[in-house]
Amino acid sequence: MRRILSLTMENEPGALSRIVGLFSQRWYNIDSMTVAATDDPALSKITITTNGDEKVIEQITKQLNKLVDVFKVVDLTEREHIERELMLIRVNATGSKREEVKRCVDIFRGLIVSVTANTYTVQVAGDTSKIEAFIAAMKDIGIVEVTRSGVVGMQRD
Amino acid sequence: MDLLSGGEIVIRALRDSGVKQVWGYPGGAALHIYDAMFQQEQIEHILVRHEQAAVHAADGYARATGEVGTVLVTSGPGATNTITGIATAYMDSIPLVIISAQVVQEKIGEDAFQETDMIGVSRPVVKHSFLVKKPEDLAATIAKAYHIAKTGRPGPVVVDIPKDVTYPGYKISYSYPEQVDIRSYQPRSKGHPRQIQKAMALIASAKKPIIYAGGGVILGEAHKELTELAHLVQCPVTLTLMGLGAFPGNDPQFLGMLGMHGTVEANLAMHEADLILAVGARFDDRVTNACDKFCPNARIIHIDVDPTSISKTINADVPIVGDCKLVLTEIVRRVKIDLDENNTDERKRTLDSDAIAAWWAQIEQWREQYGIYRQQRYAPSTSEVIKPQDVVKTLCTVTNGDAYVCSDVGQHQMFAAQYYQFNHPRRWINSGGLGTMGFGLPSAMGVKMAAPDADVAVVTGEGSIQMCIQELATCTHYNLPVKIINLNNQALGMVRQWQDMQYAGRHSSSTYGESLPDFCKLAEAYGHVGIKVTRLEDLQPALEQAFAMKDRTVFVDVQVDQSEHVYPMQIQGQAMCDMLISKTETI
Repeated sequence: MRRILSLTMENEPGALSRIVGLFSQRWYNIDSMTVAATDDPALSKITITTNGDEKVIEQITKQLNKLVDVFKVVDLTEREHIERELMLIRVNATGSKREEVKRCVDIFRGLIVSVTANTYTVQVAGDTSKIEAFIAAMKDIGIVEVTRSGVVGMQRD
Repeated sequence: MDLLSGGEIVIRALRDSGVKQVWGYPGGAALHIYDAMFQQEQIEHILVRHEQAAVHAADGYARATGEVGTVLVTSGPGATNTITGIATAYMDSIPLVIISAQVVQEKIGEDAFQETDMIGVSRPVVKHSFLVKKPEDLAATIAKAYHIAKTGRPGPVVVDIPKDVTYPGYKISYSYPEQVDIRSYQPRSKGHPRQIQKAMALIASAKKPIIYAGGGVILGEAHKELTELAHLVQCPVTLTLMGLGAFPGNDPQFLGMLGMHGTVEANLAMHEADLILAVGARFDDRVTNACDKFCPNARIIHIDVDPTSISKTINADVPIVGDCKLVLTEIVRRVKIDLDENNTDERKRTLDSDAIAAWWAQIEQWREQYGIYRQQRYAPSTSEVIKPQDVVKTLCTVTNGDAYVCSDVGQHQMFAAQYYQFNHPRRWINSGGLGTMGFGLPSAMGVKMAAPDADVAVVTGEGSIQMCIQELATCTHYNLPVKIINLNNQALGMVRQWQDMQYAGRHSSSTYGESLPDFCKLAEAYGHVGIKVTRLEDLQPALEQAFAMKDRTVFVDVQVDQSEHVYPMQIQGQAMCDMLISKTETI
């Protein structure tokens, strides 16, 4: 089952490698991972999407908590939360496709952020299912390149 | 206030962390620190002959004393040579601080001479690690390293120090933090009262309870509480390889070690139990055998300071995260109230004594029928053929069961665990988790340093001893009179045993041809005493002679039966209780 974990940790050199190392050493999955400092530059926030059964997720959570640099681990999936992913996607946009892409972008509330004679580069933000739906919609039109940020998440108040 | 250089700060901070001895080996990047070491007398530096041995020695010291062991090495190969030792300590949760020097910061990442990314290389086998970037951070970082190493579930901590940070020409004022507080590291100590309450109900209603305790009891100094609880509730006790000594080996309630080479009565009692009280143990694969067949009737209470140990391989019904000593103290307190005759509270719990009596009758029958302690289960030694088990038994007799026994890894380790009776904690020193051959001799040096007046025996084999044999020189250098008992069967015994059992006796690379050295002459070359034993009647006199030479390191090379196997032995992929008790018999 897919889980979103939100970690708060000390923004120390090497801290990120401990997280990545833990996942690789214990054969846990990482589907996506985002890292950045918070408003407090001494802390960084990491959002990890992973998957596994209850037992595996429990171990992942415990193992992350055990790392000396880690403050707090929250399993967002268990709570009311907001998740967002940002995607930049370049698609073919020639002839009638140009208009069709534009319509789709509007429907998905995306933005066309770069234009050439033959392509549009589109920015789409949303949860993972929305991102994947947009990719599916562009399949027939012709995808040139996709870059996704991975999920960032936050617990609702 | 004194102004100190980085190198001097390292030494001063070690001293202020309570360090008395440092095991190490110098080299280019560590020279500033070594120069500061030279100019003081509070900390003794012991020069080993290989960095791996420095870690094992510090580890042995830590296991024998409960204090943090300290290692100092140079960058590059000095650092990488410590990795096996660090991994050994990590697997057995031993508190160590390893100071590794590093190349100067401006060279880091340039593949400089003797540069290794020590933080990266050691990451999977340390509790935590630090790279110190400026002299101002040294004292606080070293204080943190000791705090992390010894609190919670202990473990090794690496402090990597670039050479420029210890430069003697830059001096700053020194202050050691009075208190260490790491906001992201707050190990839980007290067990949750509601969980303890649940455990109490299970303990009171158990008809076939068993206590399964491990190295955590020794690390947590909880052996007295464990023993008291076992006596109060009349519960049989089994210990893991790491736990030996946590409960007296001569106590009638002790069933022996459990697991792969555990006693039949311990493994059967686990399999039949309706309640397992696991304390400071981690249900590892050398204990559980096949997890899906593990103890089908048992409810499990699991007390451990490390939450990741709980429900990792075997699900716990009542998990209690906390310090073993504190949790057991609380359980003992509550049991005493329940068992108090003057307590008239009708809600008080009582034990099912009839059921417990029947349980003991069953265990007694297993002991009689299968146990290795009531009857001898292996063919007796003859004058020409000495059985390795008898060497351990004789060692136990000669040392009154009171020696520190430092073991290497293999058949001799299992024989020592089975036949040396450990009545006190911290006397059995072995690499249980990682199974590191070469651990025995250097760890014994650390133990001898910690307990100079005690008998310290190394139980080893001709395979293991050759993995750190260079430390015979360190024994000479620092007068560390340990007694090496070499169970010499001229083969890698445990490898050979598996090859006999599973590979139709094809002994692939488990013997040495004619290449074994004359160990007695080798010992003599280092200035020690060598005694060769080939006949049974010479065994006890030789061991007595060895231990009588209080100030000499003695190498007793005992020729033992090559064909002997370790039994009992669990049958792979089966339940705990499925065991071979000899080459031909199962239970």
